[in-house]
Amino acid sequence: MSQEQITETLTKIFEDVMDLDDLTLTSATTADDIEEWDSLSHVRLIVAVEREWGISFTNAEIEGFKCVGDLVSAIEAKAA
Amino acid sequence: MSSFSVRDLGWLERPADDWRATLKALCTADGPVAGGDLLALARVALNIDQLIQLDRAVGKIGERLDAKRLTPLRVALMVDGTTDYLAPALRASGLRHGLSIETYAPDFGQALAEAMHPDGPLAAFKPEVALVASDYRSLGLAMPQMEGDASAISAAVQKLGQIAAGVARLGATPMLQTVPAPADPWLGHLDAGRAGSPTGQVAAVNARLREIAAKHGAPIFDADALAASVGRDAWQDDAYWHRAKLAFSPDLVPLWADHAARILGALRGKSRKCLVLDLDNTLWGGVIGDDGLDGIRLGQGSADGEAYLAIQRYALDLKKRGVVLAVVSKNEDDAARKPFREHPEMLLKEDDIAVFIANWTDKASNIAHVAKVLNIGTDALAFLDDNPAERARVRQMLPEVAVPEVGDDPSTYPRVLAQSGLFETVALSADDAKRAAQYAENAKRAAAMEEIGDYDDYLASLDMRCDLAPFDAVGRARIAQLVNKSNQFNLTTRRYTEADIAGFETNPGVFDLQVRLTDRFGDNGMISVVMFHKGREEWVCDTWLMSCRVLKRRVEEAVLASVVTAAREAGAKRLVGDYQPSEKNRMVAGHFESLGFVPAGETEGGGTRWVLDLDTYTLPDLPMHMTGPRAPNTPREAAE
Repeated sequence: MSQEQITETLTKIFEDVMDLDDLTLTSATTADDIEEWDSLSHVRLIVAVEREWGISFTNAEIEGFKCVGDLVSAIEAKAA
Repeated sequence: MSSFSVRDLGWLERPADDWRATLKALCTADGPVAGGDLLALARVALNIDQLIQLDRAVGKIGERLDAKRLTPLRVALMVDGTTDYLAPALRASGLRHGLSIETYAPDFGQALAEAMHPDGPLAAFKPEVALVASDYRSLGLAMPQMEGDASAISAAVQKLGQIAAGVARLGATPMLQTVPAPADPWLGHLDAGRAGSPTGQVAAVNARLREIAAKHGAPIFDADALAASVGRDAWQDDAYWHRAKLAFSPDLVPLWADHAARILGALRGKSRKCLVLDLDNTLWGGVIGDDGLDGIRLGQGSADGEAYLAIQRYALDLKKRGVVLAVVSKNEDDAARKPFREHPEMLLKEDDIAVFIANWTDKASNIAHVAKVLNIGTDALAFLDDNPAERARVRQMLPEVAVPEVGDDPSTYPRVLAQSGLFETVALSADDAKRAAQYAENAKRAAAMEEIGDYDDYLASLDMRCDLAPFDAVGRARIAQLVNKSNQFNLTTRRYTEADIAGFETNPGVFDLQVRLTDRFGDNGMISVVMFHKGREEWVCDTWLMSCRVLKRRVEEAVLASVVTAAREAGAKRLVGDYQPSEKNRMVAGHFESLGFVPAGETEGGGTRWVLDLDTYTLPDLPMHMTGPRAPNTPREAAE
């Protein structure tokens, strides 16, 4: 799965978890760019990502995610 | 293969693909939101994100929600760990159980302090119920003790007891959650036998918790049993405990919330009182009318036959604790009763069934009739049917009836009923055992008064009084409500404001009609609104809607008779009506045709146009007494 495809699916997950419409994600997007992306919704985001790709992250990995690009790369590596 | 799963809330339908879009539409729509429309979105199996979306949507809809079937309830969450996911999930799940829940949660670690404080924020919230939920880790039970040291158990019991007593002093009913045992062993298979193991300490605390509950008359939320039923391996997720102080897997929040909500619902009398059963392929395999007594599959000797026996046995288990049983089946009455009377392996007998309806009428009408005979609300009914089309129809017509989702494997049906929580109870008394019998006796009296065989006789026995009148100021608000709320029996789905309605009252070019119906069971209130534009030759239907409660009562024929009478007096030659399809009004696609109109092409919006020649129309003999200024001159009235 390409990074573009992952970002596309990830956008739908973001919209669902944060209850947003017409979101545009880039690899540089961070929690500062999206008001609804706080520590609580972040936990649900990870749950939804783990469910979607059938993968799981360690707490250390999750704490390492600084932007959407980090998350996309981690999904790409695990879901390969 | 059995596909039923507790952790997926397998007794509920999956959400439709357009679930989120439908929810958004309710949020942004103008005007009132029907309780049934929201319930349709709430009663499906939602994940944690969808529950949070639903909860947020209810906040946005606010006062526009017609919440008359929802009972408000203030619930304090005295929970160790984060409540940020639990609170919205509980509020959203409450809708499924007839509750409009408001929550308050003390700050992290402050549950005991706030429970002891008579003037604190918890007291100010005035909780009606306080859920007291702890975790073995935060209660200090994770550390094993060698022989003799029960201090951790005592400390945990003391803390929970003080919180329960504190919230009780504040006027709340404590609801005590048992502590789920840890998933992982200390000693191994010896754990349960050692009082000092984490497992043993949790068991001791749970036993004492039940004593505390008994003292306060408090309901128990047996989370330990719930964790066991989905598996402690699935329940416990240490990563989320460390990450977010969530005491169990976030995937199971919807299950936890449904269980909390069902107990709260039971406290507020929302549990179902009656189980309505289909017959063919629900209580036995096959179709009795086609296969005959020898052909249906029931009883020992075949896997299928045993599965149907198990369903009957579970129904009897429910009856034993006071749940009333009824039958609604599309069958000839004789054929339907035959297995109950003659099949040697039938566990259910006719005496077990309080109301037995087998005919060819729409099941939703029959189910509503069951409620009337038993003198309970339709929201006290659950309906078990193997046929997805029948389930869909009943859900649509009677959204308040609980219709558990079942697959085509009958061996799962008892589990679906058992896990659905529809018959949840917070107490069991000797009266419960008698209740089913009392309902059965009452129903027999009712049935003796009105033998339901021939449908027309049944209608005649209803002693219906149909009042037909022009719009007026008294009816205006209700007319506007119906015009803006009715979706299903609505030919054109045109919406008008109350001011528009007032305008029609004085507009000489409009024929308007408000219809009320009473019967021997009570007053149905205003149930139909109709408007025609009066032309010289043609009267054209603008609006024709009716409440689904009175389907199959021939009210629409009375309405037509009223319109025809007025149109003839005005010298018109024809009536013209359009069916304008919407998402929800498929049920009236054949409306004009069934009233004797003939097709006259299509409309611009993809609908159909129909015409009735007034010369060929004859007034029918209707099984009701018609009154009011717009009552038609029927043969019955003329003969009197």
